Amino acid sequence: MVRRAAWTHALDYLLMTLLAAFFLFPVVIMLVSSFKPDDALIMRHMSSGMAFVPTEVSLQNYRDVFANVAFLKALRNSVLIVGSIVVIGLFVNSLIAYGLARFRFRGRALLVSVVIALIIIPFESIAVPLLLIVNRFGWLDTLYVQAIPFIADAFSIFLFYQFFIQVPRDLEEAAVVDGASRFRIYWSVVLPLSRPIIATVTILLFLRHWGQLLWPVMVARSVEVRPLTVAMQQFFGQQPREWGQIMAFAAMITIPVLIVYLLFNRWFVQSIASSGVKG
Amino acid sequence: MQRREARAAWTFSLPALLLLTAFLIVPFVLAFALAFTDQRLIPNPRLPTEFVGLRNFERLLQDATFQRALLNNFAFAAFVVPVQSALALAMAMLVNQRLRGSLVFRTIYFSPVVTTMVVVSAIWFLLYNPTEGFINAFLGAISFGLIEPIAWLQDTRSALAAIAILSIWQGVGFQMVIFLAGLQEIAQQLYEAARIDGANRLQMFRSITLPSLRNTTIFVIISTTILAFRLYDQVKIMTQGGPQNATQTVVYQIERVGFGQLRVGYASALTVVFFLIVLAVALLQRRFLREERTV
Repeated sequence: MVRRAAWTHALDYLLMTLLAAFFLFPVVIMLVSSFKPDDALIMRHMSSGMAFVPTEVSLQNYRDVFANVAFLKALRNSVLIVGSIVVIGLFVNSLIAYGLARFRFRGRALLVSVVIALIIIPFESIAVPLLLIVNRFGWLDTLYVQAIPFIADAFSIFLFYQFFIQVPRDLEEAAVVDGASRFRIYWSVVLPLSRPIIATVTILLFLRHWGQLLWPVMVARSVEVRPLTVAMQQFFGQQPREWGQIMAFAAMITIPVLIVYLLFNRWFVQSIASSGVKG
Repeated sequence: MQRREARAAWTFSLPALLLLTAFLIVPFVLAFALAFTDQRLIPNPRLPTEFVGLRNFERLLQDATFQRALLNNFAFAAFVVPVQSALALAMAMLVNQRLRGSLVFRTIYFSPVVTTMVVVSAIWFLLYNPTEGFINAFLGAISFGLIEPIAWLQDTRSALAAIAILSIWQGVGFQMVIFLAGLQEIAQQLYEAARIDGANRLQMFRSITLPSLRNTTIFVIISTTILAFRLYDQVKIMTQGGPQNATQTVVYQIERVGFGQLRVGYASALTVVFFLIVLAVALLQRRFLREERTV
């Protein structure tokens, strides 16, 4: 019995290791290649195990990316866009969710079901009409056109709403007795209790918008306002491809996010898990 | 009291409601209206926008590119949904055993999810290189040269499959975590009782794990199906719909027609069809979940 358990565990470990290799190898190749200064060498190594061997550790590709693609500008744009979607979005979405969860008023139930129904509308099915609208307003090629449409988000409202209806009312009632205003209660009593859901919404919004391509492709082509994804798409489209620089660029987009993920691993997993309970 | 509460509620809701109306509800409704016009992105003063009835939809029926795109989306879903869901469940069960190091494995399996699809597509484009790519070299090596080099993204027969593989690579960790949450809700006593009755691993999987994960599985299948119909980033970076429309998708066509060719009216008709498909898939989920609740 014991031996059989050990035997199946060995098999499990073998499977888990093979899967780990499968999920790691592209990222390792990206990183190793980004340090090889010669594209011909990268290609020669790519068809053998040498793709994993850092035969050279040069920062030339990284320097070239800074010089050739205005990396810092694209990074700044991405951070500004996603940062304002997350920060303003947390406020706006939690505010309405709190109103829906705590106040009794006519139309409350209807409003809740409208918000839940809106979750089903995928961005792809409003992209073209939205493009027409923002084009009329002359909003094209700006930073704010990439952020403002995404601040209010039905799914974030739903997550906050679900959280707020489970928070016990005792603390808020004590604050009411003390004469605090409703906004003050939301701001200084409820929000500080809401850290888990704030983390969840932040992570989900970040993952969704950091990698967004479809919308910025349509509204942000110029170097001044384009985010990292569009900068990568445009750089990747140039012929002949500079593979060393592409890999260095890819590494600079990926590694910071991977580090944040490793630091807050548990939060990421919990956020995704909690996004699955709807239905 | 009641009225003051109502006023506060609407004040709290106002910013979100205004934004949702302007940037979600209005464009959503507009898509249905524009689908019946010949609206262009940059209007031509000599050719005012006109109501064209069902012409856009009639054209859709004869549009070979659209038919190919639709077919590709269905084929992509038919391949990705079962493979990705089954793989996610297997991975979730593997790391759920709490063997030493399973947390590390879980962390690794999830890491592609935080890697942006644009980046993933760029890396895999290099890996798929027909003459010098790592994947052909690897397949050749493990088969002792039996597997001939494949022109993954340049061959009409393999291009969509190539995109499907990297999509699974990037996305499967997400579904694994959803399954993991479902697995952890199953009472351990069920397994202990089954073990005492002498059930083996397969029997326990079939009569405890799978039935307990019913709702989770439906959620995973439906959300993966919807994701399959939203396929865009990989196509935009790697193939631009080619070769010969082999990787054309509905969303890619929406972007090309609406933004690339400025034909907003026709793109809106495509949008309406796309939304109806997503809606149908989502309603399917509702139906299955409701059945579960009445049991």
